[in-house]
Amino acid sequence: MSTRIETRMAELRTAGRCGLIPFLTAGDPHPDWMAEILHALVEGGADLIELGMPFSDPMADGPVIQKSSERALERGMTLDRTLAIVREFRQRDAATPLVLMGYLNPVEYYGWEQFAANAKAAGVDGLLIVDCPPEEADSVRPVLARHALDQIFLASPTTTEARIAIMGELAQGYVYYVSFAGITGADLLVMADVGARLDALRRQVRVPIAVGFGVKTAQQAAALAPHADAVVVGSALVEHLAASASLTDAQQRARDFLQPLRRAIAVARTPETV
Amino acid sequence: MLEPIDRTPRPDDLMSMPDARGHFGPYGGRFVADTLMAPLAELTAAYEQLKHDPDFIAELDYDYRHYVGRPSPIYHARGLSKAVGGAQILLKREDLNHTGAHKINNTIGQAMLAKRMGKTRIIAETGAGQHGVASATVAARLGLECVVYMGATDIERQAINVYRMKLLGATVVPVTSGSKTLKDALNEALRDWVTNVAHTFYIIGTVAGPHPYPAMVRDFNAVCGREARAQMLAEYGRLPDALVACVGGGSNAIGLFHPFLNDREVAIWGAEAAGEGIGSGLHAASLVAGRPGVLHGNRTYLLCDENGQVRDTHSVSAGLDYPGVGPEHAWLKDIGRANYVGITDDEAMAAFHQLARCEGILAALESSHAVAQGIKLARELPKDKLVLVNLSGRGDKDIYTIAKREGMSL
Repeated sequence: MSTRIETRMAELRTAGRCGLIPFLTAGDPHPDWMAEILHALVEGGADLIELGMPFSDPMADGPVIQKSSERALERGMTLDRTLAIVREFRQRDAATPLVLMGYLNPVEYYGWEQFAANAKAAGVDGLLIVDCPPEEADSVRPVLARHALDQIFLASPTTTEARIAIMGELAQGYVYYVSFAGITGADLLVMADVGARLDALRRQVRVPIAVGFGVKTAQQAAALAPHADAVVVGSALVEHLAASASLTDAQQRARDFLQPLRRAIAVARTPETV
Repeated sequence: MLEPIDRTPRPDDLMSMPDARGHFGPYGGRFVADTLMAPLAELTAAYEQLKHDPDFIAELDYDYRHYVGRPSPIYHARGLSKAVGGAQILLKREDLNHTGAHKINNTIGQAMLAKRMGKTRIIAETGAGQHGVASATVAARLGLECVVYMGATDIERQAINVYRMKLLGATVVPVTSGSKTLKDALNEALRDWVTNVAHTFYIIGTVAGPHPYPAMVRDFNAVCGREARAQMLAEYGRLPDALVACVGGGSNAIGLFHPFLNDREVAIWGAEAAGEGIGSGLHAASLVAGRPGVLHGNRTYLLCDENGQVRDTHSVSAGLDYPGVGPEHAWLKDIGRANYVGITDDEAMAAFHQLARCEGILAALESSHAVAQGIKLARELPKDKLVLVNLSGRGDKDIYTIAKREGMSL
């Protein structure tokens, strides 16, 4: 049986369309609004959703996601409450894949076996643990496999050929390509470098490639679209939603933010780039 | 001179850790985002090669002697020993090093490595400011740009060290995220490194962080333990009965302990900051009161809440105020080779005063935790036993903190 991620990626390929993946921190802008905001993201054109599990020490994240995590934790966000958001979202959406993104420590404290079981039951499709590269994933892999959760890995401009080969073997769902050496949300995106690297990566890795870090505008997303299977937008969206005055406002902001991005990347790709 | 890291650790050789991937048993490792994996591999390769390079070793040895002022003496604290009335207390005088603490043993080695790797800019994190000062010092001497990340809270608490760094030409960047202390400064330095990795070398100040830092920082600090072992044999004709050092991240401690790990007859004691008492929750005793987790690129004992969020810590001594601890200490605790205990703020303060009055030495508040534990041990042992305490730093930087704590304004 295909996973939700495989099904969605296959649909995108058939449609000749690059996917759109928004990222939000669970609990920000408000813990009680999250499931409704996720639905609004889907209405705005999200093909897959990455939901951040807030951590006190997000070392790969820039100021926007750091502050977002701090706000979420101050409002009492926990892994159990994050899974509750997913459960609530799944009551009305069984199709949109959902990946939890975060850091190892909260999951370690929760316990991998229990977390994987609860995440699967809640309707999570995959996990992207930023500080768990394939080299350190030996003990995690069998637990996720047992619960049919995809382990999503990061690749970056500094990833060596040897490590890409290993990732090619181990990757599930998709590989998240970090567009530059830096932290989330920085202004370091150089299109020419990224495009060439993505084209090479897609030849080496059998799963789809999503690209993110520093994607803020529809123009940037459109420029990346021919080279990737999906484009991730995080910090810019989180910042746009942070000022939401109400749930209705947040939903409107989510839709308004994604729609132009979705239109910009909805380009048919030539066969050789697909 | 520098200890080789054996690729295959042997159970009978406690000095052979970590393994090739930086694991000390279940601890250590390289838990970082993908972007840092290649730079860490590059750093490991450069270090593995240079630590066997006779020129590099000779240059380091020369600087240890002529710039740092090594070897540091072992001083028999007769007055303190007599006052305590038990075993003889010996002090390894790292407080006499240039810049006033053990931190320079490490920064001088890493800066030399940075220079050899062609890096033009060094960054560092600092809590109390000692590692920042030691980094700014070597950067000035080698003509490298130096940026030091320091929590905004710590900048307020440690104004003198901030000014020292500026005098040495370093840029001090306030960190306002999270708890605005050492752990957040480390996060920020890692973020800088991932962004500027092509020309920047990150000098981590303790035996934490991703592999190879815990092993490399230990190797540079182990000059202290190698010296101490040779000095004991030459001057006392035997090894000490016990070693004592304070443990925050644990760099001065592992520097003293490591060359003695296979001398099983030598007891090893690490003194963590118990702050206002373990029961109060206001402490920084990761090994005594924490549980294993992953922070700053390695698996080790951590102080977290029940959700795995890293806790704010407390200690009168800023240098011990860290929620993690070096992974080698975590391993030494688990296998029972070293004992880790908590020393409260009050106990450290009492030891500070007793050492000052008995010996005329103002110890750093960090080191005062080790002195307090040394006094406790000595009291229980007969007069012919030898307890070697690492006096890792001098207390000049702490006089404002101490005065404030005792209700005086200077």
